[in-house]
Amino acid sequence: MDKQGNDNIDSHGPSSIKADCKTSTKRSCLPLDFGVCLCVWGIYSLCATGSRSSMADDKDVLRDVWFGRIPTCFILNQDEVTEREAEPYYLLLPRVSYLTLVTDKVKKHFHKVVRTDDVEEMWLEYEGTPLKWHYPIGVLFDLHASNTVLPWSITVHFKNFPDRDLLHCPSNSVIEAHFMSSIKEADALKHKSQVVNDMQKKDHKQLWMGLQNDKFDQFWAMNRKLMEYPTEEGGFRYIPFRIYQTMSDRPFIQKLFRPVSPEGNMHTLGDLLKEMCPAALPHDGEQKRYQVVIHGIEPLLETPLQWLSEHLSHPDNFLHICVTPVPSD
Amino acid sequence: MPVSLLWAVDVYGRVYSLSTAGQLWEQCHDAQMEFKRVTAAQQWLRWNPVDGFSDRLLPSDRWQWSDVTGLQHQPLDNFRIPSDSWEWEGDWYADENFEGEPTEKGGWTYAIDFPATYTKDKKWNSCVRRRRWLRYRRYKAMDTWAKIPPQQTTLPDPFSDISCGGWEINEEPRGRLSLWAVSLQGKVWFREGIYHHNPEGSFWEDIPIPGEVVQISCGPGDLVWAVLWEGQLIVREGISRDCPKGTSWAVVDSPSPDVGATHVAVGNNVVWALTKDNKVWFRRGVNSHNPCGSGWISMVGEMIMINVGLNDQVLAIGSEDRAVYFRQGVTSSELSGKTWRAITVPRDGDRSHSSASAGSLQSAGCYFCGEVRAQSVVSDVESDTEKGSTDGASCLVASSSPESFVDAPTDHSDQPTETPKPRIPKVTSDSFISELVSDREPGKTSREGVPAGPAVLEEEHFPGEEEIKAPCAGVAISPSQSGGPLDPQWSNVDLEEAQGHPVQTGAVVDSADTCSLSSVATYTLAMEDPYGADEHPLWAWVSGGGCSVDSHSQLNWFNCSMNASSMVQSAQSMSLSVSPAQTAAWRRQIFEQLSERTKREIDNFRHYEQAIEQSVWVKKGTMQWWRDWKPHKWIDVHFALEQFSGSEGNKDGILFIYYNFYEEKKYLHAFINEVTILVPVLNDSKHSFAIYTPERTKQRWPIRLAAATELEMHDWLALLSDSCCDSRVIQGPPSKQAIWSVTCKGDIFVSEPSPSLEAMPYPTPCDHMFWRQVGGHLRMVECNSVGIVWGIGYDHTAWVYTGGYGGGIFQGLSSSTDNIYTQVDAKSVYIYENQRWNPVSGYTNRGLPTDRYMWSDASGLHECTKTNMKPPSPQWTWVSDWAIDYSVSGGTDREGWQYAADFPASYHGYKTLKDFVRRRRWARKCKLTTTGPWQEIPPISLSDVTILPCAAQSSVDVVPLWAISNKGDVLCRLGVTTLTPAGSSWLHVGTDQPFKSISIGAASQVWAIAKDGSAFYRGSVSPQSPAGDCWYHIPSPAKQKLKQVSVGRTSVYTVDENGNLWYRQGVTPSYPQGSSWEHISNNVRKVSVGPLDQVWIIADKVQGSQSLSCGTVCHRLGVQPMEPKGQSWDYGIGGGWDHITVRGNSMEPPRIRLPSLTAPAPQSPLPVRNMAVNGDAVGC
Repeated sequence: MDKQGNDNIDSHGPSSIKADCKTSTKRSCLPLDFGVCLCVWGIYSLCATGSRSSMADDKDVLRDVWFGRIPTCFILNQDEVTEREAEPYYLLLPRVSYLTLVTDKVKKHFHKVVRTDDVEEMWLEYEGTPLKWHYPIGVLFDLHASNTVLPWSITVHFKNFPDRDLLHCPSNSVIEAHFMSSIKEADALKHKSQVVNDMQKKDHKQLWMGLQNDKFDQFWAMNRKLMEYPTEEGGFRYIPFRIYQTMSDRPFIQKLFRPVSPEGNMHTLGDLLKEMCPAALPHDGEQKRYQVVIHGIEPLLETPLQWLSEHLSHPDNFLHICVTPVPSD
Repeated sequence: MPVSLLWAVDVYGRVYSLSTAGQLWEQCHDAQMEFKRVTAAQQWLRWNPVDGFSDRLLPSDRWQWSDVTGLQHQPLDNFRIPSDSWEWEGDWYADENFEGEPTEKGGWTYAIDFPATYTKDKKWNSCVRRRRWLRYRRYKAMDTWAKIPPQQTTLPDPFSDISCGGWEINEEPRGRLSLWAVSLQGKVWFREGIYHHNPEGSFWEDIPIPGEVVQISCGPGDLVWAVLWEGQLIVREGISRDCPKGTSWAVVDSPSPDVGATHVAVGNNVVWALTKDNKVWFRRGVNSHNPCGSGWISMVGEMIMINVGLNDQVLAIGSEDRAVYFRQGVTSSELSGKTWRAITVPRDGDRSHSSASAGSLQSAGCYFCGEVRAQSVVSDVESDTEKGSTDGASCLVASSSPESFVDAPTDHSDQPTETPKPRIPKVTSDSFISELVSDREPGKTSREGVPAGPAVLEEEHFPGEEEIKAPCAGVAISPSQSGGPLDPQWSNVDLEEAQGHPVQTGAVVDSADTCSLSSVATYTLAMEDPYGADEHPLWAWVSGGGCSVDSHSQLNWFNCSMNASSMVQSAQSMSLSVSPAQTAAWRRQIFEQLSERTKREIDNFRHYEQAIEQSVWVKKGTMQWWRDWKPHKWIDVHFALEQFSGSEGNKDGILFIYYNFYEEKKYLHAFINEVTILVPVLNDSKHSFAIYTPERTKQRWPIRLAAATELEMHDWLALLSDSCCDSRVIQGPPSKQAIWSVTCKGDIFVSEPSPSLEAMPYPTPCDHMFWRQVGGHLRMVECNSVGIVWGIGYDHTAWVYTGGYGGGIFQGLSSSTDNIYTQVDAKSVYIYENQRWNPVSGYTNRGLPTDRYMWSDASGLHECTKTNMKPPSPQWTWVSDWAIDYSVSGGTDREGWQYAADFPASYHGYKTLKDFVRRRRWARKCKLTTTGPWQEIPPISLSDVTILPCAAQSSVDVVPLWAISNKGDVLCRLGVTTLTPAGSSWLHVGTDQPFKSISIGAASQVWAIAKDGSAFYRGSVSPQSPAGDCWYHIPSPAKQKLKQVSVGRTSVYTVDENGNLWYRQGVTPSYPQGSSWEHISNNVRKVSVGPLDQVWIIADKVQGSQSLSCGTVCHRLGVQPMEPKGQSWDYGIGGGWDHITVRGNSMEPPRIRLPSLTAPAPQSPLPVRNMAVNGDAVGC
């Protein structure tokens, strides 16, 4: 540890830090007060001091989550009247973003070929299911297409907007409003809204801009505040989560659930599912029937829920959990 | 090697010490905080004067002690004889004891009780102490040189620098030292006759020098170097055993031909120097035979202060971050060392508030590594821990017994032989320590560790026990105090040899590491530490004179703060986040699956286009930033504008200001779409500008940046301005509805009003308005809602707006190509010549000592001479020479003099018998040339102008425009239309007296203010009779002289010379003169009433976060048809604003009917602090 940043002072000036500490350099640039109780970020600092090993640490989880991408192929719906043939359009969609926020290019691409008088609001569909833009992209994928062959093939529509299934999204400000209201709702659960209310408007803006422009550092500089909690409580007040099931009529399950049991034990993902969605758990001796997927992975059921909430929540601060049937093949 | 101390003073004047074995700056605890503060201010300059008293005490100065004290400055008076000083020292220690170190009390009182019993030996030690004290003086800035007792006249003038050394030149007589001093006059003095029995020396000898010396440095051997005012260096030659003061000076040129040297530091065989540009230089080839050396080598780093300590080790303070840097790798074969390393250990105060802090945690580790064995040894020998701690706290000196000092004061290298070798722990640090830390509960560890150290001392008692205690007692902190645990550490390590250090070093670092990774989970940390990791010390001075480090020493000074801060946090996260090493299955599963996910979903598709373009366009540069926190000062920053495509396709951006705060790089950022205005702030020293956001407007504290050159500033301003306009989708010329304003520098700004700006009850907050600059230079600007805009320059030239935009600093796309013209403005700069009458020679330019400057500004507070006056900013150039100004209010005599009984008073233009002072005003004209969308309207100079604020839909062809000429004539402009806004000719309107302000309302009602301060109403003005028929005199408010009027749709507002805002009551169509004046507010400079009867003012004395601001744009809230006076003020951009006109904004606000809006209760959604309900613009 002592050696870190040692020899290169003369060559780069006193403040230079070696490349493997890059992340920490960035972070320490942020005008933030590190004196506060901070759970997630403590770990990063460790890595900053140079004890970073080849083993992943929790900060990498945040990065992996943020930079998760789904390769997608957009295909124009065959019923659309086109002036010439529409080429498919390929994109890497950020898992944590929203469809309408990242598909401007898709829209422009197909606008070129669709007869202009036929163009209405664009909407997307996968295998007959209209895709809700107000769910994170990763959730849509895990819920509807997790076992598909990549790239994910999404059909683009410009007609017959399914008003019953989808919300309209006339502009990005609608997405922003939705995103911010999710964050506020999550903070209401986590901190009785204290953190989000203490933020200034520009802080809110920073969260949104971070998401919109895919700026991890910018987003987390602010979001970390939302991830703090008083040490003595061992976690948030309630865990903001949503459980999605394809087999259910309800859009999702969302109830109050504390990260720590009355006896002081950390609740796990399994505890949550047992209470909210017992069907998702394998019964004794039975074969596993359902997958519990978060960000395209299946965490073990003994994973502490609080840790999941801190590390695997979407930018909207909700832990989105998809329960899907195990593929039959 | 013994533990020794590194001393440093921070910029606040607080003295800290850092043990070579420690990881914490210990503050010297003393009561004289004020003293230290005072000091700090002066330290920025140079060494502070040392009083004459110092020569009595300095003699036997030995470095390491010199700095220790700093703990007392009071009893300077009775210092003639040793016994007095003894007395004093006793007092001092008593004081120290009250500083909350009860455990050490015993030791100190002992010293107090027996001052008389001091033996010779002790006396010697007392000298040591006194030396410390003096040394302290040296950097602690005595502002007390005025107190020098008259009998000490041997000292010609106060010293500005002092340096002692030379103890290696000659061992006889015992205790011989060389002491060199520099006086404020730049002379060099050598103290003769300092040796053991005469430690004070006998007299000062003036050493002839080839110039004026600013600073001197004397090494332990025969090196003496000094810096001259002119920037060269001089080297003393001929220093020898027989002639310690040397024989002659040799001049060495400054390392850099252009930049003079400012500082020099010498050691045994090395010379380091700094130049004015803070560059660091090493002198090649210096040795006893060639003290001048052979050449300079430029070293890396920028330092403001450098110091060579024992063993030629080098310490410096960085010029930018004010951190203490240690030169690593200095060995006898490689005297220039390898690299600078910042000492990053925290200060004790930084953690003093945490109950069981990481500090104690860390030191728990320290105790162990250094002491395990010591502890066991000790506990056999001596278990009286109580006694141990009293004595032990003062251990520091243990290593260097009096004898060793006298014989070989600096030669610490031979000391290890005194300590038994077998004491080195035979364990490798890593495993040893991690074992310790993980196996033992930390709290317990530290409890064991504390007594261990002191106890050791018991077995090593020297004859001079008391004196030994004394020196470090000042700094030693009792183990019971938080942050203190390092003290005992000294005591232990004292008894060890140098090789003990590596063990410890590694250990501490590792312990931090290990702790945080494993077993600290039980640790609860107090998180309310008010300093946090961000609070880095800013150092002003460092002395390695007492710090015995050599090339083999391993110091654990460098990574500590990082460890500490990370530990605070990581310990926090222990409850949940376990280190990778202990990763639970669930965590491993997540890591593995995530990396599988990446392979599955991304790796094969990397050629796909990213949905979110990361294309950003960044412009970077360096600037200076006026720091937000105190002490406010300009600091160098990197500035970057990052632009990208915003949410709705418009361009957006973020601007970043990267600064170094101590070690850490930090930044400040602002979103371009939140910037409300960019204001150039030109003065003669900086090319700066201010960036406001709504938040910063509220605080009256913009981001202030200065560019290196004017051109650079303009580039940035234009770019930022473009970027702001882009993000708000504003382009082209201002709209007809635009609100115009002018700053006190003559810069012109426009803001596009939104319909909700005048909305009821929730208007757009005033501080959210976005202002952009328009080229040109004006004193005032007036407009109406069909887009006719007139301005008046400082030289009273009338200008009409051409419909363009840009100009001035705005070129290219941000400027219209036609409609931009050259604009010239001029103004006079005034200074006053003041004289006082005396019986002998009459009026002369010799005033009383208490008088104002004989050449001054109007206030008399600032000296302004004909030669030193500069034009107001680089934009301005002189166009005339100084000339007497006869046109001063109050009149002058033939020579331009005005007389008065005394300064300051009211002056009259004739001399009476009672007049003892007189003054006259000199004027000099300066000129500014710029470009902007303005065209001159010759030939008449104007002082005011007003345009009928017609509604936007109005179809009037000819727009009434009235003006007041510079001479006070009322004029009416004919032929003004939207197509010919300049009009065609002036129509003179007769008046009985000169006027100074005029305004025409939407219904052609014309109001004016005469020079005598009364108001007039012009009757029968109509499109048919554009000049009206007669003036109706309207008395001013009681005892007030009005100065400005503004008439809106129906409202009439005036401002008087005392800053009161008045509303005209009882104005009706049938009785347009109204009935009476109603007071609305004070602290108003100017008012503008718009076509909707909206009221805007320029207010003075608006409270900001740092100070009152003058010239702030304010908006009257709650103005309604039935309530034209409104209710309260909302505060917008400012200060520094001079003029605003809202007479173009006829945009009706959206009508919102709030059913439940009963009382006029909520006037605004703004926070209360922004409101001054019903009345004053400010609360004062």
